[in-house]
Amino acid sequence: MPDGVTGTGIGAAVKRVEDQRFLTGRGNYTDDINRPGQTYAYVLRSPHAHATIKSIDTAAASAASGVVAVFTGADMEVGGLPCGWLIHNEDGSPMHEPPHPPLAVGKVRHVGDQVAAVIAESLAEAKNAAELIKVDYGVLPAVMNMKAAEAGGTLVHDDIGTNKCYDWGIGDKDAVDAALAASAHVTEIDIVNNRLIPNAMEPRAAVADFNGANSEYTLYTTSQNPHVIRLLMGAFVLSLPEHKLRVIAPDVGGGFGSKIFLYAEETIITWASARIGRPIKWTADRSEAFMTDAHGRDHVTHAKLGIDANGKFTALKVETYANMGAYLSTFASSVPTYLYATLLAGVYTTPVIYANVKAIFTNTVPVDAYRGAGRPEASYLLERIVDRAARETGVDQLEIRRHNMIQPDAFPYQTPVALSYDSGNYQATLDSALSLGDVPGFPARKAASAAKGLKRGIGYSTYIEACGIAPSAVAGALGARAGLYESAEVRVHPTGSVTIFTGSHSHGQGHETTFAQIVSDQLGIAMENIEINHGDTGNVQFGMGTYGSRSLAVGGTALVKATGKIIAKASKIAAHIMEASADDIEFKDGNFTVAGTDKSMAFGEIALAAYVPHNFPHDELEPGLDETAFYDPANFTFPGGTHICEVEVDPETGVVKVDSFTAVDDIGRVINPMIVEGQVHGGVAQGIGQALLEGCSYDSDGQLLTGSYMDYTMPRADNLPTFKVATQSTLCTHNILGVKGVGEVGAIGSPPAVINAIVDALSDLGVKDISMPATSSKVWQAIQDARG
Amino acid sequence: MPTVSMTVNGKPVSGEVEARTLLVQFLRDQLRLTGTHVGCDTSQCGACVVHIDGESAKSCTMLALQADGAAVTTIEGLADGETLHPMQEAFRNNHGLQCGFCTPGMVMSAIDLVKKNPKASETEIREWLEGNICRCTGYHNIVKSIQEAAGNMGG
Repeated sequence: MPDGVTGTGIGAAVKRVEDQRFLTGRGNYTDDINRPGQTYAYVLRSPHAHATIKSIDTAAASAASGVVAVFTGADMEVGGLPCGWLIHNEDGSPMHEPPHPPLAVGKVRHVGDQVAAVIAESLAEAKNAAELIKVDYGVLPAVMNMKAAEAGGTLVHDDIGTNKCYDWGIGDKDAVDAALAASAHVTEIDIVNNRLIPNAMEPRAAVADFNGANSEYTLYTTSQNPHVIRLLMGAFVLSLPEHKLRVIAPDVGGGFGSKIFLYAEETIITWASARIGRPIKWTADRSEAFMTDAHGRDHVTHAKLGIDANGKFTALKVETYANMGAYLSTFASSVPTYLYATLLAGVYTTPVIYANVKAIFTNTVPVDAYRGAGRPEASYLLERIVDRAARETGVDQLEIRRHNMIQPDAFPYQTPVALSYDSGNYQATLDSALSLGDVPGFPARKAASAAKGLKRGIGYSTYIEACGIAPSAVAGALGARAGLYESAEVRVHPTGSVTIFTGSHSHGQGHETTFAQIVSDQLGIAMENIEINHGDTGNVQFGMGTYGSRSLAVGGTALVKATGKIIAKASKIAAHIMEASADDIEFKDGNFTVAGTDKSMAFGEIALAAYVPHNFPHDELEPGLDETAFYDPANFTFPGGTHICEVEVDPETGVVKVDSFTAVDDIGRVINPMIVEGQVHGGVAQGIGQALLEGCSYDSDGQLLTGSYMDYTMPRADNLPTFKVATQSTLCTHNILGVKGVGEVGAIGSPPAVINAIVDALSDLGVKDISMPATSSKVWQAIQDARG
Repeated sequence: MPTVSMTVNGKPVSGEVEARTLLVQFLRDQLRLTGTHVGCDTSQCGACVVHIDGESAKSCTMLALQADGAAVTTIEGLADGETLHPMQEAFRNNHGLQCGFCTPGMVMSAIDLVKKNPKASETEIREWLEGNICRCTGYHNIVKSIQEAAGNMGG
């Protein structure tokens, strides 16, 4: 599609509509919202990783200055926070789903678990009163090590009799074992995918406001999917009908997955608001965010890759332990299964694959989706084991990849782990990246580094991901308890301006711009006449929200479907007014024209005729111009690409500098290249963060050692290079726009490129592996160990 | 409670505060200037950066009473009507923001950098931003924005 008539159509690097308010301090984030008569909640949290609650004495707190109410688990007889995906064990039995009460009942299971909620006139008074609550804990040993926990001993959830949530498998185990036994070479690897803490810059917050006059609840909350929050909270926890619960996710300051989930605090204050008859605000401080936002990753894996005498991959066998934390978060169970093991073919033709995943409860913060969610774990495993296989078999890093890649003419390509890739050209993204990253110049740069006493290395990652998880029927058969469609309403106003209601939610992605570009392109009207409305269940018909890079592929397609309905109806109106057959009406550049004539009506004229229907085909159509579409995709989309990292390592200090990072991604059709590049930059920064800097750490007692920005290393500007980013597109074959998704590619593709680069830099010293995060001390130690 | 008086975005303001009230709390909760954000509790993320008598400072790390008599500028005070300050304009032009939460602090911090070091190199810009954390952009476009603004601000 060419640029739209307004110059703001598909493919144009349009400056963002939303920036004016963000740049002038007029964003409207949840903590910016205040309601008349508002009170403040403070949540008293467990200082222990694992303990029984023998008693809680709230008398002094209840009597303290400014306190309105104090609630504990005994007061809050509601449903538990539900899990949205039922996984079945290999033997066919269902996973364990232990209760997840919003306020702890009988036991606390991680540091930060909610013990009591204090509601007061001010936050300071709520905090002061919380210090007066006397909790008598019976401290228990903390369950921290997944493999030890699998064996039994202390149980996180006594009632289920095990610490294993599920033991799941995919693929043909016998065929894999046979193929490995027959392979000329088998490469093995032990991989830890480090636990990460998402750290959206806006801490979670919520304002709950119960209106007793009509028994309606309004909840403002930091969510990526307000309709899902309404559904889960209303139907499963608080037993509220959805028409009495309005959930608004206003401007949200980043999510990265952590704001998908239904959390205890928003649930507690919604419930409590009705109990006290006043609005309640709760805002996490950063310390609370560290110990309550769902964490990401945390896999321990052993894998084997078989290779035949011709260098072809024969089989892949993967055994993974996945940490669930103390409770099942909303989509936790799906991440190490259908979002991980199904990606283990990567871009390669490995004919047989088997993966077993054991999900384990521990006394840690729940683990759930974080940017990439399962797919970074798959790509890290694959690209590390391929890198090692190349070194073990003496094959060039690029040659082993090219030799095993799915060919451009092989699509659709059915993998042995359920997915069917619709399109891609992995050779093209690789070639493009080699050029953009000036790989031919690497030897000269390596020599220049060596002259400075530095070890330079280059690392590759040719990755794939799956976005826009779908279709609903298939996901449902695999255990999903939600649909995976999206909806859009196009409301044309009488004078021709348009309001879009989308179930997608923007928390940094720029939908107000990208979605308006699509509508501008489709309807031929100017961007300034298009408003994107999202994030309010009181306005938007329904929606599944934004996660898994799904907004454009699913929500954008729903939007195009709805605009198509508008054009179809408007064409009939135009035909009636211009006394022509609807088949003869052509719509182009915002004008309806009778083919072969100069008779034409503008979009705005048709809009007016629809709402002032004096000359209108009443026998055929209803007045008005307002259409809704739901779209349930036929398949995932499959972005992929090549990331190349060059590092310089100082062998004397172990300090790693990312000297250059090149990403060429195939994300399908690009709507706004400026926004696309920004998404890649951010994802790569998080991937480099995982590879070099970030790692959640607990001690053996379950105390969180990385509980602030003083302990958890967030990537800063001086940790990162200027990125080299480009796209190389093949179109998605099963959505109208041909789009694939871009939000996660950076975080999925980059970590193995970084680690492979470090291993490359140090390989001549004998270093074969570096675990993430590759801190300077870890790198220095690896050098010392290799030197003996 | 003690009374604090200061000039905020050119207007004289005063209010009663507790001795422990932080400047950011005074700005957000009492003056309802919610453009200044709180992203951490250890004085590291920089979402709360404002200008105190022309110098960038973290408003979560000083008491409201410490700003008594000072001239405070927040993100709301930069633009001239709807005409953006060159730093704001450069962030818009270079896609230097995504979710917008760190942005006010980034912009305020960046203006102080350009004032102090109008010809800052990329390395100097990146090092200056040590005290401002962004989770969305990977800093790539923030650095570009600051470079462009420095040129437009006469650097």
